[in-house]
Amino acid sequence: MAEAAESPGDRETASPRPLMRDLKAVGKKFMHVLYPRKSNTLLRDWDLWGPLILCVTLALMLQRSSLDSEKDGGPQFAEVFVIVWFGAVTITLNSKLLGGNISFFQSLCVLGYCILPLTVAMVVCRLVLLAEPGPINFIVRLFVVAVMFVWSIVASTAFLADSQPPNRKALAVYPVFLFYFVISWMILTFTPQ
Amino acid sequence: MAATAAPAGGARSGAGPEWGGFEEPIQGGGSAVIDMENMDDTSGSSFEDMGELHQRLREEEVDADAAAVEEEDGEFLGMKGFKGQLSRQVADQMWQAGKRQASRAFSLYANIDILRPYFDVEPAQVRSRLLESMVPIKMVSFPQKIAGELYGPLMLVFTLVAILLHGMKTSDTIIREGTLMGTAIGTCFGYWLGVSSFIYFLAYLCNAQITMLQMLALLGYGLFGHCIVLFITYNIHLHALFYLFWLLVGGLSTLRMVAVLLSRTVGPTQRLLLCGTLAALHMLFLLYLHFAYHKVVEGILDTLEGPNILPVQRVPRHAPAVLPAARLPTTVLNATAKAVAVTLQPR
Repeated sequence: MAEAAESPGDRETASPRPLMRDLKAVGKKFMHVLYPRKSNTLLRDWDLWGPLILCVTLALMLQRSSLDSEKDGGPQFAEVFVIVWFGAVTITLNSKLLGGNISFFQSLCVLGYCILPLTVAMVVCRLVLLAEPGPINFIVRLFVVAVMFVWSIVASTAFLADSQPPNRKALAVYPVFLFYFVISWMILTFTPQ
Repeated sequence: MAATAAPAGGARSGAGPEWGGFEEPIQGGGSAVIDMENMDDTSGSSFEDMGELHQRLREEEVDADAAAVEEEDGEFLGMKGFKGQLSRQVADQMWQAGKRQASRAFSLYANIDILRPYFDVEPAQVRSRLLESMVPIKMVSFPQKIAGELYGPLMLVFTLVAILLHGMKTSDTIIREGTLMGTAIGTCFGYWLGVSSFIYFLAYLCNAQITMLQMLALLGYGLFGHCIVLFITYNIHLHALFYLFWLLVGGLSTLRMVAVLLSRTVGPTQRLLLCGTLAALHMLFLLYLHFAYHKVVEGILDTLEGPNILPVQRVPRHAPAVLPAARLPTTVLNATAKAVAVTLQPR
């Protein structure tokens, strides 16, 4: 009979509380990426919610209307998704093969979260593209994407570099550079129709 | 293993060997003791379905009333409970055996440590191998050393993919079936893996001393020349410059690979076949990458002036609608002049 009576504790253990906790954790990791410092937060409490949200947002924003899609081969939703996840898996495998002591999902977590600056760049580019087209438009977008590209690389290096042997950091960072370069290129050359 | 395999076989045939399962101590989820108290077990194994079917047929025939049904039910329920436990244990053992085999296969094939020796390189080694891939060595009397690593070749293939994407985007290549990314990845990886396999097969026919790993590494490092040429010529659109680089840089990396293969092959015919094939494929691939994925279209300035304009609208703006092949000679001069101006402008 004691169990039948509701206590305040029962309501607190209902589903909204873990959701808020997860959202706070995701938000905290976003802040860590925007202000990269050497910290273990991303590595210790890894999760894939943030990368999923960012990947879906980026893929949705990079999608073109179906009117033009067969003419210029712009990235479709599935393509962006596949590029991001398989790129992250390839980089993770590469860093593990080079002798890194980071776990598979930790690396996926870091690489996924570090797409945040490029997602911000995508949002800014879409806003800039609402203005009139021209060389200035292109230069502004180029500048924004370049800055965010460097930011992504710096952020991911801050988290990943310590897990690599000291003499092989360059070998592990190069594929990260290529990965974010491809994503930046997709963002920069995006033209909405 | 045999004892656990026996119940699996027994369950399939539905006959006696399942008794062997009780001899072995069952680990994991299965209970070692049959719970005879669980009389109303109605788990659906085929054994029990047949029992139920027979029971139903018998009921219809005998025109059973409640008492008879209860009597038979009571009998069958007891037996059903027993058989249910048995079938559950057999199913459980099958599951455990399957899970063990799957995890063993997974740890064997998904173990990336198999590839670890091929990624054991230092940055200085990669740098020196990249530079050496452009320097043909004349000595062909002794087999030349090929570093059996996969990091450099893999990174070069990915770099080529990135350069190809850049070239396709700036030249507004139209891909009808598929996407730019898929095409770039398919082309580069297809070349690296496919041509390596083909040349390895020819090397096997010609009795050349080279392994598949060495062939992959050799061809992978040979793509360094391609990366340089395409990176430069996708940005500076001068056909004369491209031909010069194609001969010089492409030729140097091809000569390097040819020299290595010559040193590892005996016999003039075999050498000619192997090295000629590799040289032809390597040089033609560079030509293909330049011309198939980098059409110099006349509206290239529009990428700076009007990024929001539909690509299809660019053609009528500058030229009447004619066949692209006929347009190409006239557009080359215009486009190269414009392109020089474009590249000289600060971006």
